[in-house]
Amino acid sequence: MNFGVVVFPGSNCDADCYHVLKEVFREPVEYVWHQESSLKGLDCVILPGGFSYGDYLRAGAIARFSPVMAAVTEFARQGGLVLGICNGFQILLEAGLLPGAMRRNQSLQFRCHYTYLRVENTDTPFTNQFSPGQVVRIPIAHGEGNYFADAPVLAEIRKSGQAVFRYCTPQGEVLPAANPNGSLENIAGIINAAGNVLGMMPHPERCAEAILGSTDGYLVFASLIHWWQRRNSRAS
Amino acid sequence: MVFKAKIQVMPKKGILDPQGSAVQKALQTMQYRNVEEVRIGKYMEIWIAGDDENAVRAQVQEMATRLLANPVIEDFTFVIERLE
Repeated sequence: MNFGVVVFPGSNCDADCYHVLKEVFREPVEYVWHQESSLKGLDCVILPGGFSYGDYLRAGAIARFSPVMAAVTEFARQGGLVLGICNGFQILLEAGLLPGAMRRNQSLQFRCHYTYLRVENTDTPFTNQFSPGQVVRIPIAHGEGNYFADAPVLAEIRKSGQAVFRYCTPQGEVLPAANPNGSLENIAGIINAAGNVLGMMPHPERCAEAILGSTDGYLVFASLIHWWQRRNSRAS
Repeated sequence: MVFKAKIQVMPKKGILDPQGSAVQKALQTMQYRNVEEVRIGKYMEIWIAGDDENAVRAQVQEMATRLLANPVIEDFTFVIERLE
């Protein structure tokens, strides 16, 4: 499975994603510079975390107009797999590839710590290796992860199971006390209606190896690879 | 001709504004007890060359919708001044 990790000016989790795919999963992976206009040959594109363009104006607002984002939009339209992590999630929201927007964290603090997430939907290319309702431990690191969508959009997200990850207590209860940033309905990650674009604030690439203290993030990438292999074995 | 657009971007009504809330609390702590609400937005100035004020107005509207404000969470207003 061919992965591409987009590099914007200010990306800083690009090397972590690259490392996980190359060294942990031994899959082909390449960096894609933000000036690229083609994603030819790629099966999955990752928009990594960081502070693209210094987060000026709004997080992701300027990156969204990079040349590569026109290609990512077309790639997504054709059903290509797109994973946006943290700043990558913010960019996907600004680009309109996912519904809603991010506000400043309610606490106004930059939050950098482990969070517990409940996996709400395992019927996706990004989460099929989790079990339904599984509680996982994946770290966040952001100042603008306070998810907002208006009431009709939020109702649609709820109805169609698009809220894939929710912040929860270690016991798996989705409560205000487990919400690190003020996100509506404790939303930590959402998928688009077509099911091929996922954005999440927590960083799975930071916890995909035992030496890093948690391997729960491993399952996001393992899900992608599993989904891809299953699809190709069906096709052949 | 050069026009100057003064653009104000504000969080939409009803949208939580954590910065505004924090400043409001600070003002109340400073004994300004009649402060009822604080909302914090952005102010931008853009200089634009053009011949037709209506065309410049349409352009500012478009730029604000596409980039300067996020219509999901923000509203914007602007005025245009002719400079020369």
